[in-house]
Amino acid sequence: MSRGLSRRDFNRIAAAGAAAFGAPALVRAQARKVKVGVLLPRSGYLAKIGQSCQMGADIAPALIRQMYGVDIELMNADFESKVEEARARAEKLIDDGAQVLVGAFDSGATAAIAQVAEQRKVPFVVNIAAAPQITKQGYRFVVRNFPTAPQLVTNGLALFRDLFQATGTAPRKAVFMHVNDTFGQAMTGGIKATLPKLDYLPFKIVEEIGYDPAARDLSVEVAKAKASGADFVMLVCRLNDAILLVREMVKQRFTPMGVVSPGSPGMYEQAFYESLGKYSEYCISNVPWYEPKAKITKLVEGELKKQFPKENLLYHALNVGFTFEAMMVIGDAVKRAGSGDASALAGAIRATDIAERMMLGGPIKFSAEGQNDQIGSACIQNLGQKPTVVLPAASAEHKPVFPMPGWGVPEKT
Amino acid sequence: VLPFDALLNIVLSGLLTGLVYGLMALGLSVIYGVVRIVNFAHGEMMTLAMYAAVLLNASWHLDPLLILAPVALAFFAFGYVLQRVLINPFIDRPEHAQFILLLALALVLVNAMLIVLGPDARSVQVDYALDSWQLGPLVVDKVRVVCAAVALAVCALLFAIFRFTAFGKAIRACADNLLGAQIVGLNVPHLYALTFGLGAACVGAAGVLLALLVDVTPMSGPGYTLLAFVIVIIGGLGSMVGALAGGVLIGVSEALAGLIVTPSAKSMLSFALLIAVLALRPQGLFGRRA
Repeated sequence: MSRGLSRRDFNRIAAAGAAAFGAPALVRAQARKVKVGVLLPRSGYLAKIGQSCQMGADIAPALIRQMYGVDIELMNADFESKVEEARARAEKLIDDGAQVLVGAFDSGATAAIAQVAEQRKVPFVVNIAAAPQITKQGYRFVVRNFPTAPQLVTNGLALFRDLFQATGTAPRKAVFMHVNDTFGQAMTGGIKATLPKLDYLPFKIVEEIGYDPAARDLSVEVAKAKASGADFVMLVCRLNDAILLVREMVKQRFTPMGVVSPGSPGMYEQAFYESLGKYSEYCISNVPWYEPKAKITKLVEGELKKQFPKENLLYHALNVGFTFEAMMVIGDAVKRAGSGDASALAGAIRATDIAERMMLGGPIKFSAEGQNDQIGSACIQNLGQKPTVVLPAASAEHKPVFPMPGWGVPEKT
Repeated sequence: VLPFDALLNIVLSGLLTGLVYGLMALGLSVIYGVVRIVNFAHGEMMTLAMYAAVLLNASWHLDPLLILAPVALAFFAFGYVLQRVLINPFIDRPEHAQFILLLALALVLVNAMLIVLGPDARSVQVDYALDSWQLGPLVVDKVRVVCAAVALAVCALLFAIFRFTAFGKAIRACADNLLGAQIVGLNVPHLYALTFGLGAACVGAAGVLLALLVDVTPMSGPGYTLLAFVIVIIGGLGSMVGALAGGVLIGVSEALAGLIVTPSAKSMLSFALLIAVLALRPQGLFGRRA
């Protein structure tokens, strides 16, 4: 005797049907999700910059979903400005399920994370770090959307020439002050290798002064710089040390023609303006910068205002910009790869070609070494206690002020 | 060749900073000299005082120099209670037990500051922070001069307390001959607590002054503990004059090392001096041979 479909049979068939037809949909949904381990120095001597970068990551999930239809789950880790912590935190993030890593602002920490990423075969998108060796190791899982120290130096020194030409000045002597960490050493190496070849620059370095990036007191360093008789200070710094140095220059009445960085952070950060007030004026940083008119910049600015109403993109430009672009690289790669699988994701990241971006420069593309060589620099001067583009002339918001009229002295109009 | 005025400026700057270092180390030396306990939470206590200055300045715009005396008094009370409640039971215990106790206290202080105040560097904001005086070829940092002068005054006050007051003399008696002090009926636990309080007051005053010179983070403490140890070992553990002289020596030598060798070698010279003293004069420059 035949009998009808029982309740149990119905459930069995329904379950099988769901497995057959529902599972691919589930897989497809999972493929558009990615767990991103964000490694930044949110405490320690790099804390302010790390926290600034973190905002670039925090605004990403909403925007990346909108731009690429990809859900980013952030897994944040603070490596306390310590290289050994960076390695341990990277291991932990991967153990906890991070499918891709982003970070880490500091070159030493980034180099350590890159080793972990390569060993564990997890893609790592470097947001900010300039030590050239990071993309010289033949790593397959590491890419960097930030200039190397030699690229920063080459771009930065070319802007020195433009600065002197624009202001009709020709300083003869420079004192070169730099932090003694991985980034500082890389920049120093780049400057020493590049400067002798540049016959268009009028100055010579008369004194080189390296110092501890976590130094509490830089009075001796400034006294030594003053005694060198240099016309201007070429500075490769971080944030806290830049504040200490300017304070000491004011105290010791050392007024050079200017303080110019060939490509380091510090002097355009919000904390620099907050700590020094009027004494933050006229400092110059030749650094990668964002395109204010870009569509993505507007999106980022809007989301930043929404999530952090008290913050202004202007004071976090480089940190937020490059961290967000790292998230764009991931969102775009996940969309193309259709999977969060590490190998597929690493391949897709390598094949990145994003034309529309936030930062100045060509499209985001990676060389065989995993390096984006298409990033330019702008000459940013602190004017009216905010970072102002003064060169290249095409993007300039104000004429450069060099030599500076004095610490805390208003600009002559 | 470095101009003479630059050299003079740097030596003066080192000397002035060294006097504040000396005051900080004095607290450590006084406590050890009498109570025979090494305060491994010394730097952390100073960091706490630096934060007191920063917070009072940020909240009520109080000049650190005005709050120096109240903070020192508060630290005196803190030190007194700490000694009576926590440290006194460990007086007769082995040194490693004392070490662990004070190390634990240091860890508690650092982590409490991290939780409550966060990891960021903070500083006090005063109108005269960037002022300096031009005296011929010398450019003298006003804040350093003020801090050094106040540090000297606090040291002088401490010397006077030990030299001229009855309880100061009683404390010295405890340090010189504990058994004799007990026989004549001195209240030794009370005197020990007073000594710890005085040492803590020195640290409190030094912290307030140092907040005018450098930024503070919760993680600053261990560095200052180490610095205080280097100073008192060079000067002579238990010697008040030695602590002050050690501070000046470290301040000046660090400045000169930065100038003559390289700024990165500043701390290296301090440790080189420490090794030299330990090898050639283990009791320190002003210490008494055991």
